[in-house]
Amino acid sequence: MTGGMPGPSPHDRMQPEGRRNSQGIRIDPEAEATHEPRQAVLSALVKHKPGVLSEVSALFSRRQFNIESLTVGPTVDADTARMTILIEEPEPGIDQAKKQLRKLVPVIEVTELDPTALRRELALIKVGGEKPDDVNAVAEMYDGQAVDASTESVTVEITGSKQKIDAAVEAFKQFDVQEVVRTGAAALERGPRTLNKHD
Amino acid sequence: MSEHAPPAEDDTADEQSADAEQAPVTTGAQSVVRALENAGAEYIFGVQGGAIMPVYDALYDSDLNHVTMAHEQGASHAADAFGIVSGKPGVCFATSGPGATNLVTGIADANMDSDPMIALTGQVPTEFVGNDAFQETDTVGITQPVTKESYFASDSDTVGDDVGEAFALADAGRQGPTLVDLPKDITQGETDVEPGEATTPDTYEVQEEADDEDVQEAAEALAAADRPVILSGGGVIKADASSALREFATEYEIPVITTMPGIGSFPEDHELSLEWAGMHGTGYANMAISNTDCLLAIGTRFDDRLTGGVDSFAPDAEVIHVDIDPAEISKNIYADYPLIGDAREVLRQLFDAMPRAPDADEWREQCQTWKSEYPMTYDTPDDEPLKPQYVVETFSDVTPDDTIVCTGVGQHQMWASQFWEYTEPRTWVSSHGLGTMGYGVPAAIGAKLAAPDQEVVCFDGDGSFLMTVQGLSVAVREQLDITYVVLNNEAVGMVRQWQDGFYEGRRMASEYPWIPQFDKLAEAFGARGFRLEAQENVEETIQAAREYDGPSVIDAHIDPGENVFPMVPSGGDNGKFALKEDHLEEL
Repeated sequence: MTGGMPGPSPHDRMQPEGRRNSQGIRIDPEAEATHEPRQAVLSALVKHKPGVLSEVSALFSRRQFNIESLTVGPTVDADTARMTILIEEPEPGIDQAKKQLRKLVPVIEVTELDPTALRRELALIKVGGEKPDDVNAVAEMYDGQAVDASTESVTVEITGSKQKIDAAVEAFKQFDVQEVVRTGAAALERGPRTLNKHD
Repeated sequence: MSEHAPPAEDDTADEQSADAEQAPVTTGAQSVVRALENAGAEYIFGVQGGAIMPVYDALYDSDLNHVTMAHEQGASHAADAFGIVSGKPGVCFATSGPGATNLVTGIADANMDSDPMIALTGQVPTEFVGNDAFQETDTVGITQPVTKESYFASDSDTVGDDVGEAFALADAGRQGPTLVDLPKDITQGETDVEPGEATTPDTYEVQEEADDEDVQEAAEALAAADRPVILSGGGVIKADASSALREFATEYEIPVITTMPGIGSFPEDHELSLEWAGMHGTGYANMAISNTDCLLAIGTRFDDRLTGGVDSFAPDAEVIHVDIDPAEISKNIYADYPLIGDAREVLRQLFDAMPRAPDADEWREQCQTWKSEYPMTYDTPDDEPLKPQYVVETFSDVTPDDTIVCTGVGQHQMWASQFWEYTEPRTWVSSHGLGTMGYGVPAAIGAKLAAPDQEVVCFDGDGSFLMTVQGLSVAVREQLDITYVVLNNEAVGMVRQWQDGFYEGRRMASEYPWIPQFDKLAEAFGARGFRLEAQENVEETIQAAREYDGPSVIDAHIDPGENVFPMVPSGGDNGKFALKEDHLEEL
């Protein structure tokens, strides 16, 4: 056994006074530096090539980022796709997610959109077909429309914010909701600002 | 010697070889080999197989040196070590399926330690991909999380450029592994397209210099510190910034601690050196890091084996973090002063920006006091049984400063890092982040080929050595002058140490009384074997092994009761390291 180290034992040594929180931030006694989770909308331009979606989604699962939704689609440039990623994390996690995303080779640019950015989600809601007029009336209340109908079912399309769609789904429950599919958010900055490299 | 084109028999050999190099490429495989030649590759570590065979066929006409390894895992570790020692990407080849999956451990290892490496894997022909064909696996899918980028080659005309880009990417910015998966029809396919100059992808940008204003603010914070410390990580070695670090620390008289991968970045015989911090780092380094009020951390990712619990890591310190990878900033430890850039460039910027040296006489004295209070030492009651620390120390004393030390993973790795005196960069080759048992045997092969004029010693444990012992056949075939020292305690000793400390001594599956006699095993492979049991024989055995011109194995039977101290329990407070078993109970 070792025993040749003569210095004071663990609790008799010079000890610092400070502390850090679990995010590695020094805790200032006057203003404790902790961060509550918040929702962030990340928008990423990526090379439009096979495997890029799995590369991005694998990054989020591997790093244990709490992902709310991820949507992807081509842009006007056939070589580029755009992803909208909603995450809910404390501030350091959001910052880390952006930096890790930027590191991926197929990722061209990443930005966090302003909270005022346009956010839209699409839902298709299939309900029982017994009361088509009532279903239509509710759909109109949410600026939606019936896009398919049969004797057994009516399918309604709703576009809007997450809250609006949550509310619509809730409202349609009176008609026996059979199936719902939602896209997750797509988002764009308001005004002329665009997400292009070196903007 | 390494296998490549059969030697020509007359003086026209060089001419023929030059002609061969200039011959136009006619297949994807030739384009792959041409891209490696253009990128400056020297050695390839690999294993043949069905899907990679076209590339090997193209190698037949190349001057690249191919080293056939005994297992693909060894190929990736050898390439990794070649990259660490040479600073340039090491290259490894494997076939599809099991060949590729066997490479993965070494790729993941290189990824954790930011070692430059490129792996090329065979793949089933494109038409069979996705059909669960013979020896098919989704190599890109498997390796994507553990590479900087994994490429799937889809065109014989561009496959050479894919390889060139992967090579350049492995070397650029924060180094790391890349992979190109090569379907057999792509490498067999005809092409007359010569690969262009190897460049990194257009989306990959590296910032070399930090923002001047940020540097100025950081320099002022450091100059104002009472208890400053520099923490030098593996990134300092990767950036060839060791000389710049030495100049900076000496000029401003700031004590230097390294991380474990940073060993060699600052000479351990320098008066400002506190050696390395972390779980098994020196007591004085851990005291200094716990009590510093300003930490200049360069090229480190604040691994948990370094920090212990983040709440108690350098809790009084403002942190200046220099890193070429922005994603490392504030990932684990919040950086008050982030400086993104190449370590050598930023050290030069900081050197110029420092308004004065910190007023830290008292602090330096305190550090010296800790050095005398907690010297790295061990008990030697009656000199028996043999102490592993004594073997390492003795070896260190008799070898030149530029001797390269490789290790496996376990207790022996810690003793090799604690009791060897490192004074030069790129002389410490070990598996840090991934902690891969079995790393040592093949790593020593890669290291020796990268630096044939330097002495190479590999400290391994009996458990770790046994995992890749087949690599000895390669060292014998290549006649590599490597001394392997197995610090043999008939156990996976680090596991046993933890079981004794934290699992009430319930030694489940950690004792290996059935292991072979490694000296005899060495002889069976064609290497020299030595059995070492007594302290009095240590020096003569080491000298005999060193003098043998080829691989030798010293089976050193050490005190099985010896454990690694100091020790910070996992997630613990660096300042409360245990010096002996009793302390663990207190913590």
